[in-house]
Amino acid sequence: MSEPTGHIVKSYEQELKRLADLMAEMGGLVESQMALAAQAVVQQDGAAAARAIEIDPSVDALEREVEQFVIRLLALRQPVANDLRKIVAALKITSDLERIGDYSANVAKRSMILAQFKMPYSLTGIAHMARMVQENLKAVIDAVSETDAAKAIAVWRSDQAVDDIYNTIFRELITYMIEDPRNITPCTHLLFIAKNLERIGDHATNIAEKVHYTATGEILPETRPKGDNSPYPAIHTP
Amino acid sequence: METAMSAREAAQAPPVPRIMMENLHFFYGETEALKNITLALPQCQATGMIGPSGCGKSTLLRVLNRMYDLYPGQRATGRVMMDGENIISPETDVNRLRSRIGMVFQKPTPFPMSVYENIAFGVRLHERLGRAAMDERVEWSLVRAALWDEVKDRLRGPATSLSGGQQQRLCIARSIAVRPEVILLDEPTSALDPISTLKIEELIDELKTDFTIAIVTHNMQQAARCTDQVAFFYLGELIEVGPTAQVFTTPRQRRTQEYITGRFG
Repeated sequence: MSEPTGHIVKSYEQELKRLADLMAEMGGLVESQMALAAQAVVQQDGAAAARAIEIDPSVDALEREVEQFVIRLLALRQPVANDLRKIVAALKITSDLERIGDYSANVAKRSMILAQFKMPYSLTGIAHMARMVQENLKAVIDAVSETDAAKAIAVWRSDQAVDDIYNTIFRELITYMIEDPRNITPCTHLLFIAKNLERIGDHATNIAEKVHYTATGEILPETRPKGDNSPYPAIHTP
Repeated sequence: METAMSAREAAQAPPVPRIMMENLHFFYGETEALKNITLALPQCQATGMIGPSGCGKSTLLRVLNRMYDLYPGQRATGRVMMDGENIISPETDVNRLRSRIGMVFQKPTPFPMSVYENIAFGVRLHERLGRAAMDERVEWSLVRAALWDEVKDRLRGPATSLSGGQQQRLCIARSIAVRPEVILLDEPTSALDPISTLKIEELIDELKTDFTIAIVTHNMQQAARCTDQVAFFYLGELIEVGPTAQVFTTPRQRRTQEYITGRFG
């Protein structure tokens, strides 16, 4: 079903527009927060880390604002059909975005600790992983604003590659730690950073599922394609 | 294990249609008010009819109990099957039909007589009951219509002194007193306050255990609250019919979506 004509009640239409604006604002904020966090790790940029951490309270505030706005819309407008799907999805998407913000802030904090160590490990793999996750996040945020099911499906499928690279990094870091116990502290932080990036990828696929539901009314299957054959698999918490 | 399977299968089995409309057309003179409607009213379920004014939903109810017979120049073609009988065929006995298919209108229409007589009057047209049996029938109807507790001490008082919501429930009691199989409700709560409206909706839920219900309503939330399936009409056509939860979350037709979300026009 293509985009409909405007709602007969203009104030309702404006409220739906405002919800979309809030989502776009939050999406943009989280996207830049994640970019800063990645920059903080890969380029060991302390200033970027500080900015990523500073953004977090604004993300949290936006989540609360969307939540209250959604409750208000549900109570006063009794939305149905595509409006209902969009409004409920907004509630769930913002909670995914908020989690992505938390993980980004955590990555930034760990990058500051890492700066105190001599890096035993090449950051190329993590940089690659961060880039993939960032691309997925950007694509899914675009999919949200355009309610684009095809774009959402593409993100949903491509998280597989993120999981694969996470498993590779996991194995490498374990090897480094076994090799020299002095690597344990920095490698543990790197491991958590990789894990946080992997979780950001998972939340991006959650958002993709909500976009797909909003656009089509169909719920994607519970399990997305996974090809995990690593002896140290990523633990996929629901 | 086997019984669990068959129970699940039973739950998934399509509901039995109580009334089956097939290729139904209806004309007010030259004007075609219903165009090729094929729709089932499932047994012991409530079907909601929604759509903008003039879309044919009230006309459909009028067809189902042959109300249009009273007006020259109005005619229906196609089939409306109930127990193997075509309701709209000239051979069908209209009086008997109307005792099987009751109707409640937008405005409460109590007769200017006592509460008791309002109910007994219709029953006498179809059945000969002794005094005790009639008392029992009146009480049964009022209990089923969730009105008994409010009127049991004033059965001989005038029906017109009841409140609007009570009068409407009295009309529902009157229509179920003749033990119909199907009840048609045309905007039954549009003149009622919100609490009386909820009482009628609760009543619809209750009545579904015994009766098949069709309700025309302009109130979308009402259709969402108290029906099992919803049919959306536009300009005499049936645009979409489906389970209520599906229609209000993921309508299949664009026109349905635009109408129920308030974007019509």
